[in-house]
Amino acid sequence: MGLFDFFKKAPEPAGVPPFGGSSIPPKGGTPTSSKAEEQPAGLFAGLKRALKKTADLLNTDVRDLFKKEGRLVDEQFLTELFAILVKTDMGVGPASRIRDKIGSDYRARVVHMPDVLAVVKAELRELLAQPERPVNLAASGTTVILVVGVNGSGKTTSIAKLTQHFRSQGKRVVLGAADTFRAAAVDQLTIWADRLGAEIEKGPPGGDPASVAHKAVARAVETGAEICIVDTAGRLQTQTNLMQQLEKIYRVIAKQIPEAPHEVLLVLDATAGQNALSQAKGFSEAAKCTGIILAKLDGTAKGGVVIPIREQFAIPVKFVGLGEKATDIAVFRADEFIDALFADWK
Amino acid sequence: MFESLQNRLQSAFKTLAGKAKLTEGNMRDALKLVETALLEADVSYDVVRDFIDKVSEKALGEKVLLALNPTQQVVAIVQDELTNLLGPVDPSLHLKKDLNIFMLCGLQGSGKTTTCGKLAKMLQDNNIKPYLAAADLQRPAAIEQLHVIGRQLGVPVYSELGATDPVKVCQDAVRKAKEEGAQVLILDTAGRLAIDAELMAQLQQIEKRVQPHQVMFVVDAMTGQDAVNSAKAFNEALELNGVIMTKLDGDTRGGALLSVKHVTGVPIKFIGVGEHLDALQPFRPEGMVGRILGMGDMLGLIDEVRKAVDVNQQAELEKKLAAGDFTLDDFKVQLKQVLQPGLMTRMMSMLPGMGDLSKMLANTDAEGEMGRKVAIIDSMTAKEKKTPKIIDQSRRNRIARGAGVQVQDVNQLVKEYDLMAPIMKSMAGKGMGGRMQAIQDLQKNLMSDPSGKMAKPKGDTGKRLSPKERMELKKKREKELRKKKREQRGQ
Repeated sequence: MGLFDFFKKAPEPAGVPPFGGSSIPPKGGTPTSSKAEEQPAGLFAGLKRALKKTADLLNTDVRDLFKKEGRLVDEQFLTELFAILVKTDMGVGPASRIRDKIGSDYRARVVHMPDVLAVVKAELRELLAQPERPVNLAASGTTVILVVGVNGSGKTTSIAKLTQHFRSQGKRVVLGAADTFRAAAVDQLTIWADRLGAEIEKGPPGGDPASVAHKAVARAVETGAEICIVDTAGRLQTQTNLMQQLEKIYRVIAKQIPEAPHEVLLVLDATAGQNALSQAKGFSEAAKCTGIILAKLDGTAKGGVVIPIREQFAIPVKFVGLGEKATDIAVFRADEFIDALFADWK
Repeated sequence: MFESLQNRLQSAFKTLAGKAKLTEGNMRDALKLVETALLEADVSYDVVRDFIDKVSEKALGEKVLLALNPTQQVVAIVQDELTNLLGPVDPSLHLKKDLNIFMLCGLQGSGKTTTCGKLAKMLQDNNIKPYLAAADLQRPAAIEQLHVIGRQLGVPVYSELGATDPVKVCQDAVRKAKEEGAQVLILDTAGRLAIDAELMAQLQQIEKRVQPHQVMFVVDAMTGQDAVNSAKAFNEALELNGVIMTKLDGDTRGGALLSVKHVTGVPIKFIGVGEHLDALQPFRPEGMVGRILGMGDMLGLIDEVRKAVDVNQQAELEKKLAAGDFTLDDFKVQLKQVLQPGLMTRMMSMLPGMGDLSKMLANTDAEGEMGRKVAIIDSMTAKEKKTPKIIDQSRRNRIARGAGVQVQDVNQLVKEYDLMAPIMKSMAGKGMGGRMQAIQDLQKNLMSDPSGKMAKPKGDTGKRLSPKERMELKKKREKELRKKKREQRGQ
């Protein structure tokens, strides 16, 4: 309030007098009287503002005086903070909430940006905190994992990584190639299955994906495989018919094993912006997402959009994808993720 | 498309509307809203700041403050600046006479391979011979994917089994395309991250050795703040010639387009608006800005309609009408033209001020309604279609069963046809003026003859039960309730 406001409003009184004062003679009583009140009020307000500036200075935290460099928390500082927050893709809502909170807590104090960020990080850590259990496994028998997402988010690659994750634990994995739409999607998954030693159930191109899902689950149950992962075609959450198809796949799986699918993982591209919120909403409505795989986190994108997703839909991030190899997968850790969000501001 | 940005800006300007005078204060509020809207649309922060600075500079000028209708002027300024930022545009491909080489690049999953197919289809439609080359040797089955697309389009695809050097594949592809006499060779490169120096160097290698005439950057419309980083990296490494934005058919706001344009400065050539291979459109900033600001896109609308209507079918219908013939089959053809998937909603979103309406429409089942009508006509015999007069009650019952609808639906369709046929017949063979006259005559007739009013759908009146039946139902319900209570107690 103090400094910035003073400068902003200062030119105003200076600009007003030549307008009304000299050129137009007052016709009614009202303009004159309002003017008469305005002048002293303006003066007084100016004086008050000037005094407030001093008061702000006096209110400066004693601790801050000992800091050599450091910055006054003013409008400019908060704008900078806002820019840092927005650039993580967390969205305007959360970013302005954090900015306003920091503004009211630290206004007119002298601080260092890293210190402020440490406070922000602590809060985000609290928000994203989750028990460390990556996958909800079935108590006994086959665990079915349904993988969904928009086109090009990295579903098939993420499935390869999940497969690798379970294979390295010595589990048997059956894959269901239910992306019967995209050209060569089945081939892509088949190549991965061969490389990783997983079984795969396919259908004809353009065939019914629900039938592939059914066959995959049936095969996993029959052969006693611990894990069954069902791939689905990429679809935009706005394509009603395709979302209905997804519901059907979900129903077909649930018919075979009542608790299944045990996990419905939404694959989000880390480069995605605010549309990811709409994705989380759409896919949750159709297939009750239980978790997120944040793919392609190895680039410059931060994936901050999982923050509002967690806030609004309570869907936790379970895994992060970090590269193109099958081993490039890690269990999500809030600490590391948040540190990476602000890595440019150490 | 861009719906949310559109809504936000609309509301931003609604706060301006109704205020007689524009002050510096309420202008700042409005611009703040514009800023928020752009940020939520995923326009990069720095781009937004730049944009807002430019707009406020203009908007806060004296001219605006004294303007007669400040609201309109602010809208105009925002519109102009957005158009400036997105344009100028040039969707032509500047093809040379001999072989043209296009290189597509972008991040993983941005839609390069599909876009290759869409570009090839577009060239084919313009009688230009395309040739595809699969230089994505990273992703498993990427080559196979391009082959499948090539087969669908009947476009040759060059690939080398077990190849490891994309540069060599591209070079060989150029040679082969020249031999085959193709006019445009499209190189599908592997997706990569902007920060992967090794892979970026490989792209530069291809550019250096193959010398493509145009390098296109493919970007996903859903990209967030990172769009700036990747666009910058690709532009620095490759000197881009154009941008293609994909996946604009969802509800994404596509603000990344502004970021990419701002950073690279290269024209946006095409936008991808669907999964199918014909869903590639030339980019028009005026239309896009019109959509962003909720001002509609008349040009785009006309284009949609022209595309939807089959010219040959239309001419044929015209001829039949001239002969005084308008059967139920012709009625069906007309219905089907409106019926094309998504057409109605797309057209609605382009009409000025229809942004909200199209949202409402999304909840109704206009297209399903049309589909039922077509099904009814399909359930008729050839004779019935030709001479609808013979459709009596028993025929209606049969048709309803065949189409899986209620008899009332059949009745209504016949009524609609009865209403349409004379109009169509009277309009046939007349020019524009004659048609307008026919419509006016019709309106007059409707006014004077109350029985000729449009068929009104009847709501469900529910079933009427006899008192005995009602008692039975009540007993049943109570029994159920008791049973439930017992179960609850038992648990």
